[in-house]
Amino acid sequence: MIHSRRRFVQGVAGAAGLLVLPRFAMTALQAARGSVLSGTQFDLEIGELPVNYTGAARTAVAVNAQVPGPQLRWRQGEEVTIRVTNRLAVSTSIHWHGLIVPADMDGVPGISFHGIAPGETFTYRFRVNQSGTYWYHAHSRFQEQVGLYGSIVVEPRDGERHRADREHVLLLSDWTDRDPEQLYRALKVHPGIFNYGKRTVADFAHDVDTRGWSATMAERSMWNRMRMDPTDLADVSGHVYTYLINGQTPAGNWSATFGRGERVRLRIINGSSMTFFDVRIPGLQMTVVAADGQDVEPVSVDEFRISPAETYDVIVTPADDRPYTFFAQSMDRSGYARATLTPRPGLEAAVPAMDVRDTLSMADMGMTHGGMDHGAHAGHSMTMATHAPAEHGPGVDMTVDMPSTRLDDPGVGLRNNGRRVLTYADLHSLGGPIDARAPAREIELHLTGHMERFLWSFNGEKFSEAEPLRFRYGERLRIVLVNDSMMTHPIHLHGMWSEVESPDSAFQVRKHTVTVQPAQRLSYLVTADALGRWAYHCHLLYHMEAGMFREVIVAADAKVRA
Amino acid sequence: MMHRACIALLFVAVAAHAQHDHAAPATPVTATSPHVPPDPPAHLPEPMTPAQMVSMMQMDDAAAFGSVTFDELEWREHDDAFAWKAMARYGGDYNALVLKTEGESASDSHSRNELLWDRAVARWWNLQAGIRYDEGAGPSRTWAAIGIEGLAPWWIDFEATLYIGDQGRSAVRLEARHDVRFTQRLLLQPLVEMNAYGKDDLERAVGSGLSDVTAGLRLRYEFNRQFAPYMGVHWNHLFGSTADLASAEGRDKGEVQFVAGLRVWF
Repeated sequence: MIHSRRRFVQGVAGAAGLLVLPRFAMTALQAARGSVLSGTQFDLEIGELPVNYTGAARTAVAVNAQVPGPQLRWRQGEEVTIRVTNRLAVSTSIHWHGLIVPADMDGVPGISFHGIAPGETFTYRFRVNQSGTYWYHAHSRFQEQVGLYGSIVVEPRDGERHRADREHVLLLSDWTDRDPEQLYRALKVHPGIFNYGKRTVADFAHDVDTRGWSATMAERSMWNRMRMDPTDLADVSGHVYTYLINGQTPAGNWSATFGRGERVRLRIINGSSMTFFDVRIPGLQMTVVAADGQDVEPVSVDEFRISPAETYDVIVTPADDRPYTFFAQSMDRSGYARATLTPRPGLEAAVPAMDVRDTLSMADMGMTHGGMDHGAHAGHSMTMATHAPAEHGPGVDMTVDMPSTRLDDPGVGLRNNGRRVLTYADLHSLGGPIDARAPAREIELHLTGHMERFLWSFNGEKFSEAEPLRFRYGERLRIVLVNDSMMTHPIHLHGMWSEVESPDSAFQVRKHTVTVQPAQRLSYLVTADALGRWAYHCHLLYHMEAGMFREVIVAADAKVRA
Repeated sequence: MMHRACIALLFVAVAAHAQHDHAAPATPVTATSPHVPPDPPAHLPEPMTPAQMVSMMQMDDAAAFGSVTFDELEWREHDDAFAWKAMARYGGDYNALVLKTEGESASDSHSRNELLWDRAVARWWNLQAGIRYDEGAGPSRTWAAIGIEGLAPWWIDFEATLYIGDQGRSAVRLEARHDVRFTQRLLLQPLVEMNAYGKDDLERAVGSGLSDVTAGLRLRYEFNRQFAPYMGVHWNHLFGSTADLASAEGRDKGEVQFVAGLRVWF
């Protein structure tokens, strides 16, 4: 009974059993509606907070005794002052994700500043020159995983481009009752430990039955010779995660109201440590109007994938006087987060069954012959890749020789699912790039790792083994990312925008976090207009900790390779 | 604006090295969006050693971890023996200290114990070198060991080790195992192991050449990935002059026995 209740709360079971809310969920529901702080002066206190999401009492790291922390609402053009006091026994930090702030205000210990020591108050002060949906989170060890995150909404100086009758912030996250240090160690010792979707003898029999012996053997042979696992979609899964929306479990069912026919703006933030969510609202089309806080040409979709650290603003217009379920299933279908949009409090709609778990395909290996089973081929470009020497060493388990751009590929689990799914090819930032100059220089970085050693890196070199990347102050450069791994990585450059290019090098979309799918080659332009030292890393927290991190130094005298 | 320029210059001065070849920063042109570059940092953290930086970032990608894995911890029907096969590892991604121990505790207890330095040398392979110490079933033997351990195609865990002992003794040990997954929790593990020796060691009833082959088939249920009880069969057979020695002593050349045990790691 305890076990089944736990599974239910985690959102891995169906909604059929939703008859009685567990008592702890009710109290959590009443306690954590979340507060909004606005103005220009803020006092944030970081401390421990007892929480109970699954029936087990645990300790979170909270901001002002809330998980998520309070929403910060700023106005474009204003200078904000945030005094952050550390009530923990260990050092802490807050990074303002997606906000362009001076390097010493960026909140990365060891790079921007010294961190905030126990008992100390650090004062962040910067002008907010941009508008949109962002978030903040700890940049200290696993504090982000255990609750130190919150939303930021910056109201545009001249009003929103898209009128909305009301708006709601939905902050997605992944909670674990286990100690993140333990999870990390477990991944280091036995990397597949949380994957309960591995292929079985029955899957083999089924494939032989449906595809035939030789096709099945050919496919198995390819994966097994490479020693790669096509079911490796998430390092940490719903087996140990409970997926939250605004701090509520699926059973807690965070709810927000709308008036029939209203235009409702949803600001969706993925504040999780390791989870890609596939988001949809059955019965409603979503018009995406902003990505990573930047306005885009509106595009209507049924579903989108949101990577850790990304934000999307969508507008929905619920026409019917009935509740709608906001459904966010993890990419590996091991669990989901759920909320409700309702015309009146207390209603709830059916929760859809999770989709069938997909496996990685030939496209995810950079092999296009035989089995590229997603229909969209437009906008593809294939390039022969060369690899750094370290990529042929013991720290890298595969390289991709023919990566493809495929911006129009929605990714594993979303291909040909019958729904209109957002891809990066659909995203076009309004107003053009921030800098019209052509890049004078190109830096190619390969996203690399080793599944069996749980080691992650750029170009086969972990953070501790690599020199910082150097950008010359003022230069416009192109960064080419080639994903030489079988996992999807959200790559975040601090301090500067990443302006993603289309395959024909036209400006596409301005982002702070760029998702790169397996065997994908993607490029973006960066204007190095931010002096100082910056972090550059995979936003999967355990990948970052395992070495997928670089320091970037922007300096006028940076000695760079042409 | 003036203030900002001053700070920019200060930053440049701080960051500048011997060569004063820095060009004037190019200003971004034709910005059509309201992007505003950030002010230069007012305070720069003083230069740090990589170690200080790692400690401040609390991000150590070279940290060492320790683990203990009991692949076999079992009761064997024959002789009512208790047997184990375990590995302890402490180290980082590329270098580690590994302790392997395998043995049987019965009327004639014996064990093989190896202390190895383990180094990742290739994509799927680690080189291991160290010492081996055999105990029981005759006088103890000490060997120098060198071998490889890794993952072969088709997900076969493979070990091959060469041992050099005193008095010109040599030995080779090979092991391969694989997991066949029936469900997410029910797995069958076939295992094959073989030993060969360079010369006779009559005191330990070992003859030169291929001496023994062991095969196992263990069906385990993973309550979780760290705790899995199992049962299975364990077959071993002696070959060549080792088999002749056993026959001469009236011992069986081979046996098949039922086993039940626990696979656990922590």
